[in-house]
Amino acid sequence: MAQTAERAPAGVDRGTLGRMLRQWLPETAVLDHPEQLRPYECDGLSAYRKLPLVVVLPDTIEQVQTVMRYCASQQIPVVARGAGTGLSGGALPLENGVLLSLTKFNRILDVDLLNRTARVQPGVRNLAISEAVSASGFYYAPDPSSQIACSIGGNVAENAGGLHCLKYGLTVHNILKLQVVTVEGDLVTVGADSLDAAGYDLLALMTGSEGMLGIIVEITVRLLPKPASAKLIMASFDDIEKAGNAVGNIIATGIIPGGLEMMDNLATRATEDFVHAGYDVDAAAILFCELDGTPEEVSDDIEQVQKVLEESGCTDMRIAQDEQQRQLFWSGRKAAFPAAGRLSPDYYCIDGTIPRKKIGYVLTRIAEMGQEYGLRIANVFHAGDGNLHPLILYDGNQPGELERTEELGGKILELSVEVGGTITGEHGVGVEKINQMCVQFDKSELSQFHALKAAFDPNNLLNPGKAVPTLSRCAEFGAMHVHKGELKFPELERF
Amino acid sequence: MQSVGQAGNNVDKEISLLVKQAITEGVPLRLRGGDTKAFYGRASEGQPLELRGHNGIVSYEPSELVVTARAGTSLAELESALAEHGQMLGFEPPHFAEGATVGGAIACGLSGPRRPYAGSVRDFVLGTRIINGRGELLRFGGQVMKNVAGYDISRLVVGALGTLGVIVEVSMKVLPIPAREETVRISMLCSQAIEQMNEWAGQPIPISGTCHHDGTLYVRVSGSVKGVEAAIGRLDGELIDEGAAFWHSVKEHRHAFFADDRSQWRISVPQAAPPLPLDGEWLIEWGGGQRWLKSDAQAVVIRKQVEAVGGHATLFRGGDRSDEVFHPLPPGLFNLHRNLKNAFDPQRIFNPGRLYREL
Ligand SMILES: Cc1cc2nc3c(=O)[nH]c(=O)nc-3n(C[C@H](O)[C@H](O)[C@H](O)COP(=O)(O)OP(=O)(O)OC[C@H]3O[C@@H](n4cnc5c(N)ncnc54)[C@H](O)[C@@H]3O)c2cc1C
Repeated sequence: MAQTAERAPAGVDRGTLGRMLRQWLPETAVLDHPEQLRPYECDGLSAYRKLPLVVVLPDTIEQVQTVMRYCASQQIPVVARGAGTGLSGGALPLENGVLLSLTKFNRILDVDLLNRTARVQPGVRNLAISEAVSASGFYYAPDPSSQIACSIGGNVAENAGGLHCLKYGLTVHNILKLQVVTVEGDLVTVGADSLDAAGYDLLALMTGSEGMLGIIVEITVRLLPKPASAKLIMASFDDIEKAGNAVGNIIATGIIPGGLEMMDNLATRATEDFVHAGYDVDAAAILFCELDGTPEEVSDDIEQVQKVLEESGCTDMRIAQDEQQRQLFWSGRKAAFPAAGRLSPDYYCIDGTIPRKKIGYVLTRIAEMGQEYGLRIANVFHAGDGNLHPLILYDGNQPGELERTEELGGKILELSVEVGGTITGEHGVGVEKINQMCVQFDKSELSQFHALKAAFDPNNLLNPGKAVPTLSRCAEFGAMHVHKGELKFPELERF
Repeated sequence: MQSVGQAGNNVDKEISLLVKQAITEGVPLRLRGGDTKAFYGRASEGQPLELRGHNGIVSYEPSELVVTARAGTSLAELESALAEHGQMLGFEPPHFAEGATVGGAIACGLSGPRRPYAGSVRDFVLGTRIINGRGELLRFGGQVMKNVAGYDISRLVVGALGTLGVIVEVSMKVLPIPAREETVRISMLCSQAIEQMNEWAGQPIPISGTCHHDGTLYVRVSGSVKGVEAAIGRLDGELIDEGAAFWHSVKEHRHAFFADDRSQWRISVPQAAPPLPLDGEWLIEWGGGQRWLKSDAQAVVIRKQVEAVGGHATLFRGGDRSDEVFHPLPPGLFNLHRNLKNAFDPQRIFNPGRLYREL
């Protein structure tokens, strides 16, 4: 950044900030007309919207560094944005801040097949990595349902999972190295091309940090050889609890399926209408179990799983006969969110994760809670990981319905914590689950999070207000909300 | 020396009180589990805080693939409890001597032969309870497979050598023990072996361990009965009977290679990096990713070569343990380390200097 550059006054306005940033960025890389800003006003959680002061679209690391240096010097907050598919409002802009979009960083820089790694820019779409190496027999394992759209940078920032992470891990298990621009504009390398790096495991720490610790400008991912064989079994159950128990029974055999997913009746009907995959629309739940590996392993495993499914009381079982049918069976599961969107004007996706053995109990409780609130809920989720995705169907145009939906969502998250789980398995806290963080963590734990954040960002300029609630916010929330009869922040003032 | 867990009362609280006392008195603590890895890291002074008394498996449900154990639990005891249910720790932690504890394994962050194929220590950690440098008992992560609420402090403490806090409890994902496991042996030069291991890793072969030493490549395959049979056919080596004993000797550093007075270096490089031009004797693991070097070469010389291929070098055993033993970090990155240490342990109570002189 040129030292002689004109400085913007404190409390900078949109026009001035735009002009300032155009000193260092191309004209088209700075957006400051409200009309241009509109597409950036929300992420996938569209109930929350705000216009940023300015959007910047840098396409070199130096430009990102310049923007960060300038914003740090002027105490202007910065929110990073990948593809904006996040479901927790993590990329929601700040009215007094810069929105830094990484969409122009869309190049795959290098593929090293012998080391099985790819060096990519953060704006590269998740699926594009697998597509680029597919012909060589490789793929990038984490496959969120949003993989055609979401960016790898956003995946790292959220520690995204997918349909196959029970066996192949989450984002954190499938990356080796990051280039990160700090809040002061310095470039640091975190992780290494080797399997581990010296010092603290900052690679794990950066993963899932929701844009609060630095701007990720380059990622080295691990590539896996495609399994030689994959077989998908689809089993129907007349009772959702039986389906839930079947999940634990499969794991207990010592087989780790490549994918283990579940849909309830409402979700099955919605997706069947959408993709016509031939699902059993009378089943209370269907379980997808994919076995992959060498052909010999798969044939060993499939026999065993079939037996377990029968013993668990499934009413019907189908094995995809060929690759085309396997893709067709999966297509409904992958399209479950848009399909739910056709059932109702709006839907709200919950991300609580629970111990597998509680699946049956929690699904039953969720159904009861839905009835209490008079809202329909479709369930489609990562059963093998215990990661639930209840979709609450609502109509935002009906007064009060969004508020009721959010309240119900909060209740479901608290239930997840109560049974030993967490408020978010893969979508992140963002702005959405900030109150529930007060349920999951106590004051000293939240204070430790704040101290950690300050180690990277002492003036709280990176995505401030997200992911970790302030203690006073929790006191306010706690006052309305007493958890298991104990006040979590007894010493703080009530409002 | 202070040790906890004798009275059988609330041990977490007991540790927290000892830590608070140490803070008030300004006495640094040397956290001690089984003392089986005391050689690892820099020499560090402090009043020993014995954690072996804080032991026991807190919960274990085989169908959840999750186990939670107190830090002082003996690693051997945990492994045999898992084996009773046909399960294991996927990262195969080395014990190095009798008495190794779970907490020590997590704090040192060392993994065994299965690491490149199944994952490292931190890959399996789901949650921890720690006591920070303010004496507060904190719980991060949990017992579920996926959890992105808050920063991932559970994984951050893995390999931090106790410098960020006392690990009091840990939850880990476990894996089923493969139905069958076999090892083959093939004569091969080092450079050829590195290339071969990486080519195989790019194919769907269920490899679970690789080691090259003295002109011989050892490959372990694991999985279903038929799967392993097919894999052996593809590898085309000589099947050996004493496979399990061999991998144990490599993991525990009982292999003849490790009996030597020279400094032992752990070299971590990109797996396919060609052999490095350094004087000494090598044993190569992890598909080329972890290489052990016995050498009298100077630290700067070794580090320069290793850095050139994108790796890092640790003076694992021997040599001058008052100097840095872990690879020096660039200033910007080290700054973050210093800030983090400060965020967790502002008074530098825990294992001061064990990881880096300044931390
Ligand atoms: C239909 C649908 C299905 C989905 N299915 C899944 C699923 O199966 N699994 C799953 O895990 N998620 C899923 N998601 C959620 C979402 O796709 C993921 O969270 C994804 O990782 C977000 O990526 P993004 O590029 O859109 O990030 P954004 O939404 O743009 O940003 C997400 C967060 O990351 C930060 N961020 C983005 N890029 C950077 C960067 N380069 N450096 C620092 N911080 C950054 C932002 O500040 C924000 O906090 C789904 C979403 C939709 C809409």
